[in-house]
Amino acid sequence: MTATTTASTELAANRRDIRPGRIIAWTLLFIGGLIMITPLLFMFSTSLKTSGQVYDLRLIPAAPTLDNYVRVLSDGRFMQWFFNSTFIALTVTLSNVFFDSLVGYTLAKFEFRGRYFIFLAILSTLMIPTEMLVIPWYLMSSQLGWIDSYWGIMFPGLMTAFGTFLMKQFFEGVPNDFLEAARVDGLNEFTIWWKIAMPMVVPAISALAIFTFLGNWTAFFWPLIVTTSKELYTLPVGISSFSAESSIQWELIMTGAALGTIPTLLVFLALQRFIVRGVMLAGLKG
Amino acid sequence: MASANATSPAGPSRFWDRLNISTKRVIWAWAFLALPILFYTGIRFYPTFQAFWLSLTNWDLLRPAQFIGFANYEKMFADPMFWKVFQNTFLYLIIGTPVSLVISFVIAYYLDRVRFMHGFIRALYFLPFLTTAAAMGWVWRWFYQPVPIGVINGFLASIGIAQQPFLRSVDQALISILIPAIWAGLGFQIIIFMAGLRAIPNTFYEAARIDGLGDGAILRKITIPLLKPTTVFLVVFSSIGFLRIFDQVYNMTTNDPGGPLNSTKPLVLMIYQTAFSSYQMGYAAAQTVVLFTILLIVSLLQLYVLREKK
Repeated sequence: MTATTTASTELAANRRDIRPGRIIAWTLLFIGGLIMITPLLFMFSTSLKTSGQVYDLRLIPAAPTLDNYVRVLSDGRFMQWFFNSTFIALTVTLSNVFFDSLVGYTLAKFEFRGRYFIFLAILSTLMIPTEMLVIPWYLMSSQLGWIDSYWGIMFPGLMTAFGTFLMKQFFEGVPNDFLEAARVDGLNEFTIWWKIAMPMVVPAISALAIFTFLGNWTAFFWPLIVTTSKELYTLPVGISSFSAESSIQWELIMTGAALGTIPTLLVFLALQRFIVRGVMLAGLKG
Repeated sequence: MASANATSPAGPSRFWDRLNISTKRVIWAWAFLALPILFYTGIRFYPTFQAFWLSLTNWDLLRPAQFIGFANYEKMFADPMFWKVFQNTFLYLIIGTPVSLVISFVIAYYLDRVRFMHGFIRALYFLPFLTTAAAMGWVWRWFYQPVPIGVINGFLASIGIAQQPFLRSVDQALISILIPAIWAGLGFQIIIFMAGLRAIPNTFYEAARIDGLGDGAILRKITIPLLKPTTVFLVVFSSIGFLRIFDQVYNMTTNDPGGPLNSTKPLVLMIYQTAFSSYQMGYAAAQTVVLFTILLIVSLLQLYVLREKK
C-alpha cells in the first residue's frame, strides 16, 4: 500500500522534472508538427503573393497583398460554390441530427417486435460502400430529374447508419426514470424525445453534427457525379475544376484552395476541444 | 403523427384513448421509424440489389438493360487494365496502412506524454485532416512541379540533389499521391491512438514500474497489447480508406486521371471512368461488386480478429 503511494508520487515527480529526453522528444514533435502544416503555410503564403512573386519560394511574401482574394471572391461563381457547400452541408447535418437521433432513440428506448431486425438492417448498410450505390443513385436521379439540383446532391446522405448507431449508444445511457416521469406528466412521446432526451445527449449531438458537416463540406465523389452545371458545383468540385479554365495561375489557385480550407480551420480553432473529443467519442463508440 | 395527438376530441382520438400504454408506444415507435425505413429501403437496400443486378446486364444509358449473365465479370478478369488497377489499389493499401499507422502511433505515444503546449502541437498534426482533397491536390501538385515553381524540387536543388519527376513518372507518381493521402489522415489516427492510450488504466503502468520494467518493456508488454482494439479499428478504418482512395488521385492527376499510363489508377477511379466517362454502367457495376467484396472481407476479418481476443 505504502509502496504504491510512493511509486505514484515518484511518477508524478518524474512527470514534472525536465529531462533531456523529454526536451528532445518535444522538439522532434514540434518540428514534425511544423512539417505537417508546411503545405498549408505555403498555400497561404502563395495566396498573398503577386503573380510575379510566385517563383520566389520564400515563405513570408516580400510584399503581401490581398489582391488575389479580391479577384477570386469578386468572381461570382466562387461565392456561389461557397454558398452551395454551406447550404448543403448545413441541411444534411440538420437532417442527420434529427433523424439519426430519432431512430437511435427509438431503437434504444422502445420495446416492439422487429426492433432488433431494424437495428441490424440499418447497421448492415455500413458494409455497403458508396461507390456501389452511385450508379443506381445516378439512374434514380436521372429518372426523377434530380441531376443538377441541391436535392440530388443531398439525398444520399440525409440519414446515416453511423450516426444512428452513435446516437443509440448514447440514448441507452439516458435513465428511464426521466422519461417515465415525463410520461406521467402527460407529455407525448415526440415531446419526451425532443424536450427531455435530446438535451441529455448534447455531447453526442455535437460530435455527430461536426462529423456530418465536415464530411459533407469535403465530400467530392457524389457531388462530382451528380452535378453538371457550374452553378450547382460544391466548393471541392469547383476548386477541382479550376485547371480546365485557363493556363495555371498558381497564386489564384492557391487563393481558391485557401478559401476552401479557411472555414473548416476557423471552425476547428473555435471548437477544438469539442472536435477532438468528438473524434475520440466517434472513434471509440463507432 | 397528427393522428397521435391525444388531446383533440374528435373520433380517432377516442380510438387512441382506448389503446393501452404499450400499444400506444409501439405505434409511436413505428411512426418515428416510418420515414427512415422508407429512406433505408429506397436509398440503401434497393440500390444495393440494383447494383448486383446491373452488374449482370449491358446497360449503357442508351439502350435498356439486357441480362448478359457473367459476361461483365469475364470481361473484367480478362482485362489487363483491371489487374493493373487492382495492383495499384493494393499498393496504396499495403504501403499506406502500415506507414500511416506506425507514424501516427509514434507521434501519439510521445504526444500523449507532452504537457507543454500539448493542445497546440496536437492541433498542428490534426489540421490537415480538416482540409479537402480538391484544395490540397492543387497544393501538392504545385509542390511536385519542376523548378522554378516546385517547392520540393527547389529544395532538392538547393542541397544538390537531382530533380525528381514525381507525378510525371510512372515509378514515382503512386508514392507521390500516397504521401498527401497519408498526410491528410494522420491527424485522425493520432487522436484515436491517444484516446486508446488514455483508456489504459494508470495502475497498469504503476504496477509495471514497481516490478522494475523499463520504458521499452512497458511499451511491448502493456501498451501495445492493451491497445489492440484501437489498433484493429484503425487498421480496418485506414485499409478501407486506402482501398477506396479516389479524391487524392483524381485531384492530382486531373489532366489524365489515373496517369501517367494508369500507374496511379485505383479501383474507384476505374469505376468512375467506366461509369461516367464511357457510360458502361453494367460493366462499372460489376467493378463495384468486386470492391464491395474486398471491403466485406476486410470488415469480416476485423470482426474475426476482435472476437478471437474476447
